[in-house]
Amino acid sequence: MIQLEQLTWKVSGRTILENVTVAIPANTYAVLMGSTGCGKTTLLEILCGLRKPTSGRVLLDGVDVTDLEPRERGVGYVPQDLALFPGLRVREQIGFAPKLRGMAPEELKLRVNRLAEQFGIAPLLDRLPDMLSGGEKQRVALARALAAQPKLLLLDEPLSALDESMRAEAVSLLQRLQSEHALTVLHVTHSSSEAAALGTLHLRMVAGRLEMESQG
Amino acid sequence: MRLNRSNLCWLVLALITAVYLVFWALLLGATAMYSTTDSWLQVLRSPEIRHATFLSLVTCSLAAGFALLLAVPVGYLMTRLEFRGKSWLDAALDIPIILPPLVVGLCLLIFFQTKIGKVIEMAIPFTYQVSGVVLAQFVVAAAFAIRTMRGTFQHLSARPEDVALTLGCTRFQALWHVALPAARRGMVAAFCIAWARSLGEFGPILVFAGATRMKTEVLPTTVWLELSVGNLEAAVAVSLFMVLLAVLVLVAVRATGEKV
Repeated sequence: MIQLEQLTWKVSGRTILENVTVAIPANTYAVLMGSTGCGKTTLLEILCGLRKPTSGRVLLDGVDVTDLEPRERGVGYVPQDLALFPGLRVREQIGFAPKLRGMAPEELKLRVNRLAEQFGIAPLLDRLPDMLSGGEKQRVALARALAAQPKLLLLDEPLSALDESMRAEAVSLLQRLQSEHALTVLHVTHSSSEAAALGTLHLRMVAGRLEMESQG
Repeated sequence: MRLNRSNLCWLVLALITAVYLVFWALLLGATAMYSTTDSWLQVLRSPEIRHATFLSLVTCSLAAGFALLLAVPVGYLMTRLEFRGKSWLDAALDIPIILPPLVVGLCLLIFFQTKIGKVIEMAIPFTYQVSGVVLAQFVVAAAFAIRTMRGTFQHLSARPEDVALTLGCTRFQALWHVALPAARRGMVAAFCIAWARSLGEFGPILVFAGATRMKTEVLPTTVWLELSVGNLEAAVAVSLFMVLLAVLVLVAVRATGEKV
């Protein structure tokens, strides 16, 4: 469960987020909409620990994580540009987090192969990011995030670079992932159709304030 | 073809560029024409010049290596962390670039006469030693290496490092596993640029490490020593050898996709 309590973020005297308070139950697929520059990405970055809020608290499963490092939060993050690691092959991208945690090579290979199968990217394991299409990159970024086995997944417009046909496929992939991995997802999007297809909880950011639109 | 104002503008700019490049070609061509096979053979046979060449290659490589070791963390810090007074620190890092070379040598010489300097020299002697040559080359080359690494990290998105932090990395691990592999072309360029700067360093070495034959003599010192005894042919041959090395470095840097 995600709980944000009176979260405020100010930069250079400008208020980007103001007293954001919300509770997102576990295993919910929440979608967050709002105009460009209204603070959606900032909110995600505060949630995963890349930014410290000016004031307020972030609680994940009831634990106050406001002062914790990003690596201590168990949050998966897929930014808008996907941010694949340049120079690392798909196999190394997916195995990045488990290897960092000292997973044995055999077990690591198993996990990478299993995720690659699940995402339909097994033939791409030896490719570099430059040799992947937009849709393939998006799958690799998701597989890399899920390899760390997060409880919460933050997606910042992950489908914006995909064309219409690939988007429909990606939407069903995300639905399947959320239920299979029992994830709580917070998905930022500009697309109303994407939000309608995926979201069970609809949030809207207006001028740095968060409003709950509906709960499915 | 009608010559309109826009075309005329490009033509004038191209002429200015061509004049500058022709001037440089004439300079190098004249120097090359001055050199004879005999003078090249004389240079190759000279044990002093062979020693200076060897010493130049070794000290330049060491200075460039140390410069890179400093440039990576400093460049990373200056691009990824926002802090008060950053613009002042940024300007301070460029000081070795704008200081007259002789002044750099004089600063080194004076520093090693202070108490701190003398304590350091008890462990590693620098003044008028080969280590002094490396240090004199390093202090200037490092500034250029830092500038190159700063540019490299500025061109690399910080996003992958942010994602690495969420995947379990500490900041050091994100630098090591994500930023450095992505910056390897820039690191090669920074090393080459530092190496080329070290090769051309003369003033600080002359003042701080001296110009003792078979000891602290490097290639620029050779040119100066040969000129001072009136052996212009040898000075020209050594200069051309340095031009050749500089061109090789330029080609190596361009191959990395970076610019000097």
